[in-house]
Amino acid sequence: MNHTNVTLRVNEVDYPISISTERNLSGVLRETIGLTGTKEGCDDCECGACMVLLDGQPINSCSYLAVQAEGCAITTVEGLADGDELHALQRNILEAGGVQCGFCTPGMLMSARALLDRTPDPTDEEIRIGLSGNLCRCTGYARIIDAVRTTAVELSN
Amino acid sequence: MSFLRANTADEAVQLLAEGARPIAGGTDLVVGARQGKAPLPQNLVAIDRIAELGVIEATESHIRIGSGVTHAQLMVDPLIVDRLTGVADAAALVGSPATRNVGTVGGNIMNGSPAMDTGAPLMALGAVAELRSIEGTREVALTDLWCGPGRTTARPDELCTALLIPSPRDQIGSAYVRLEYRRAMEIAVVGAAACMALDAGVIVSIRLALTAVAPTIQEVTGLDVLIGERADDKSFAAIAELARDQAQPISDVRASDHYRRHTVGVMAQRAGHAAASRANGDLITVPVNRALGIGAAS
Ligand SMILES: Cc1cc2nc3c(=O)[nH]c(=O)nc-3n(C[C@H](O)[C@H](O)[C@H](O)COP(=O)(O)OP(=O)(O)OC[C@H]3O[C@@H](n4cnc5c(N)ncnc54)[C@H](O)[C@@H]3O)c2cc1C
Ligand code: FES
Ligand code: FES
Repeated sequence: MNHTNVTLRVNEVDYPISISTERNLSGVLRETIGLTGTKEGCDDCECGACMVLLDGQPINSCSYLAVQAEGCAITTVEGLADGDELHALQRNILEAGGVQCGFCTPGMLMSARALLDRTPDPTDEEIRIGLSGNLCRCTGYARIIDAVRTTAVELSN
Repeated sequence: MSFLRANTADEAVQLLAEGARPIAGGTDLVVGARQGKAPLPQNLVAIDRIAELGVIEATESHIRIGSGVTHAQLMVDPLIVDRLTGVADAAALVGSPATRNVGTVGGNIMNGSPAMDTGAPLMALGAVAELRSIEGTREVALTDLWCGPGRTTARPDELCTALLIPSPRDQIGSAYVRLEYRRAMEIAVVGAAACMALDAGVIVSIRLALTAVAPTIQEVTGLDVLIGERADDKSFAAIAELARDQAQPISDVRASDHYRRHTVGVMAQRAGHAAASRANGDLITVPVNRALGIGAAS
């Protein structure tokens, strides 16, 4: 198998790695770089557990070639907190009871982060569309949507 | 396997001539490969950062949509929302925000799925694909581009550089409506796009194309009988009947042929109605599906 040398920039750190072309980004993040916050649920572009940001925009990293992400700023859930201080979205999703098993949470947080960066004061409809690529088998979504709404208000104050 | 990145369309067509295959957003190509439908091509050329392919512009005679324009761009671009509204309707329904961020209109068209969403409105609006190779550029009408599920008449060394749509005249409206089971991440069960020009409420021109009821996106013929008629419920019912008569649906996991034939008529009627309303200057926000509460609930 041919390997290509690439440098992936994840959460503002450069990772020079050698990978084969067909590797998916989620696999490389988890297995090669060791950032396991990003989850793989379906590995088929259905569930959104693998959501990461590429230059601020959400993508399904399970179905994105890692080599294609070279030159972009990749943000994973590990890049949300500021040291020990949780990002407001992380704090609010915990406080709202929007985390049960937690498997969908990293993906939800990344979609929510991209939404709020783009639309600081979203309507409920905009929140639903923003999270429409993320499945949650546990919570029923209402508390996750509450957490996004609370964060929007908090960040705008 | 090799992976190269092209910075210009010229570079890309040179690599295609040497046997590489293009990857834009990869939302069809990579997902298909991981599902085992078709292996990734041996040699890939990434075309997603070629600036000249990401442009939407109006010339005197045409609106030109670069093949690398993403669905996220299409659904909010003022020129598209205002003049080619049916295309914006379709782009807004593709996948999820993540799919729309990287998925391109060129990938949608060249992937050639009979369930693609932008195909029907582009066909109803008379779009032509601009194909470029090292030998030169040629234009192929969408009605001649698809020749079966996942098959096009483009050669493997041809890059789709743009879609050209004749500038619509003033009193023209277009709309795309689809039947869907889930609001995100799912493709159409069936869909229909209509493009209509009116003069004082009377139909001057009309085109209709259907999604997921034939081996390719299918244009409905015989609509000329409606020219000179009022754009009213009787005409919309006639549209539904023509769509049902000409559909050649199959049964699969999503729906039976019988159900598809029936519902494509409903979608055609609604697309016709919405296109006529827009031609009259009524504002129906993009996408029609959400504005009129069609399809899956939120
Ligand atoms: C979760 C999910 C949901 C989806 N939902 C929808 C939906 O609702 N509606 C819908 O229509 N589609 C849907 N799709 C399919 C897909 O996202 C779209 O077809 C998208 O537009 C493909 O664009 P791309 O840039 O990702 O194509 P790619 O995967 O990069 O390419 C697709 C094919 O086209 C070729 N190609 C790409 N660009 C060019 C070019 N410029 N010239 C020549 N050949 C080219 C490639 O070689 C490849 O064969 C969905 C996909 C996923 C994963
Ligand atoms: S793991 Fe990527 S969408 Fe499910
Ligand atoms: S908390 Fe379990 S899937 Fe969402």
